[in-house]
Amino acid sequence: MLKQIEGSRAMAEAIGRCRPEVICAYPITPQTHIVEGLGEMVRTGEIENCEFINVESEFAALSVAIGASAAGARAYTATASQGLLYMAEAVYNASGLGLPIVMTLGNRAIGAPINIWNDHSDAMAVCDSGWMQLFAETNQEAADLHIQAFRLAEELSMPVMVCVDGFILTHAVERVDIPEQADVDAYLPPYEPVQVLDPKAPISIGAMVGPDAFTEVRYLQHYKQTLALRLIPEFAAEFKARFGRDSGGLLRTYRTEDAKMIVVAMGSVNGTIKDTIDEMRAEGLPIGLVTLVAFRPFPVTALREALVRARDVVVIEKSLAVGMGGPLANNVDLALRNVAGAPQVHSVIAGLGGRPITRASLHRVLRRALVQPWEGSHFLDLNEEIVAKELHYVRKVRRSGPTAENLLRRLGHVGAAE
Amino acid sequence: MFQVRIHGRGGQGVVTAAEFLAVAAYLEHRHAQAFPSFGSERMGAPVVAYCRIDDKEIRLREPILEPDAVIVQDPTLFKVVDVFQGLKPDGYLLINSARGLDELHLPAIAKQLPPGHALTVPASELALKHIGRPLPNAVLLGAFARFTGLIHIDSVADAIREGLPEKIANANITAARAAYDAVPAAGAIAA
Repeated sequence: MLKQIEGSRAMAEAIGRCRPEVICAYPITPQTHIVEGLGEMVRTGEIENCEFINVESEFAALSVAIGASAAGARAYTATASQGLLYMAEAVYNASGLGLPIVMTLGNRAIGAPINIWNDHSDAMAVCDSGWMQLFAETNQEAADLHIQAFRLAEELSMPVMVCVDGFILTHAVERVDIPEQADVDAYLPPYEPVQVLDPKAPISIGAMVGPDAFTEVRYLQHYKQTLALRLIPEFAAEFKARFGRDSGGLLRTYRTEDAKMIVVAMGSVNGTIKDTIDEMRAEGLPIGLVTLVAFRPFPVTALREALVRARDVVVIEKSLAVGMGGPLANNVDLALRNVAGAPQVHSVIAGLGGRPITRASLHRVLRRALVQPWEGSHFLDLNEEIVAKELHYVRKVRRSGPTAENLLRRLGHVGAAE
Repeated sequence: MFQVRIHGRGGQGVVTAAEFLAVAAYLEHRHAQAFPSFGSERMGAPVVAYCRIDDKEIRLREPILEPDAVIVQDPTLFKVVDVFQGLKPDGYLLINSARGLDELHLPAIAKQLPPGHALTVPASELALKHIGRPLPNAVLLGAFARFTGLIHIDSVADAIREGLPEKIANANITAARAAYDAVPAAGAIAA
């Protein structure tokens, strides 16, 4: 059913149609509206046979989901930013135990400095925890990916994180086709657990594993994610057959056929990049885009095939591995490892802490990659003036004070309290 | 694509106004994208919300930098925020005030726009009269519908009806229609 609807509400309605049996979450901006919507739908009975459990923290939220999933329930939670870090130990437990929980991550920066706005730092902080990670480009895809996520999670008995750009998607009101219940039921069969805590047939889950089997447990975790590389496109194709939409998959290409330069990006910024590419194409520049949906498992082969004929690859990402550079760029390098005549990879760090990524800035940086390529990471729209002043200041003054407050003062935020 | 930026203060329904506008456009089978300025909003603090309207899918996710129309819900913002920033030379400016453009010291701004493209409307007064509270957001959309011709007043009314409880919706619709009747049309424009 077509609706003009807030992204968070659209996701809540799609998640509700997946018939979750246990929902537990702790509110944190920008995820809050999703669980508020779900809470309301459980209260009114719109979601049947579901328990909404209020908990005291994110650590408890995911711990309840782990218990519920181990007891055979379809379990869901959602968080963002510091909330994800607070549940980090449980994040590893959910994947290590092989429990098919689905979690929405309303992508937000991680403090300090405290910042409520969007980037992908939170997803990156746990990208190697064993969870699969799917990134939504639009609110339509955000809604659709949850349905595919439950299917994928339960098929492999592995948890899935649906990553949704905080505010940019969660708080945007736009047109979303909310899937019909009958279609979701036909697509997503009832949860049939591979392991279940049942008093009638007692087992234990969560044994201590020593050096004699730990590697093998990890190997099988990794092996399941390689199976997902095949399942994700299959489930996306099946989704398209039933719902008539391209949502999900490992990656999507846009105008790459004859492209000499290909941009790689994840999440909502792909829309702005597509508009920029259309403008550059109109000027005769052969440029295309790969929208990466699956970050874990990382689709090395599919990405290599999509990129290998280009001369330049520009990776635009909303994350920074401090002391290394762009984690997505680093992963893209992996896809091109040992490839003869591989394209040059240029790394762009953009949109940190909610800084808007504009067409004007994209035009500038993509042209620069053609004529004046750089080494390492390029920080889009970096305010070089205040950085230079701050560096000069800290060289001169030993007790130079806190960096964030110094920069805010240079920007004219007197008192720097905001 | 037609892009609208709405300025107001926390509690005036700025975000809701952008949503109503998006729903109104959706009801006319157009694509629309409404989004807030993503701050830590507080009562009384300056707030910005945006709405894009187009006949095809909207992919753009940058903030609206060059609006086709600016709606100002609170004229005290002129001293705090550059509400006119990026407004297109052929754009529209709609201000909530019982005073005229001259009294607000805005004739210079108004002159940069085509004749009839800058307008004040006493939205808070109309809201007080019909809703009982000085909430100007829906009222301004009524004026906006007439003034720009971008959306039909009935679509605005339907959007308000979808978004509010019946009694409050009806009061807002009455106020919006009063504003619609109170302002001149600036001529039809294409989205």
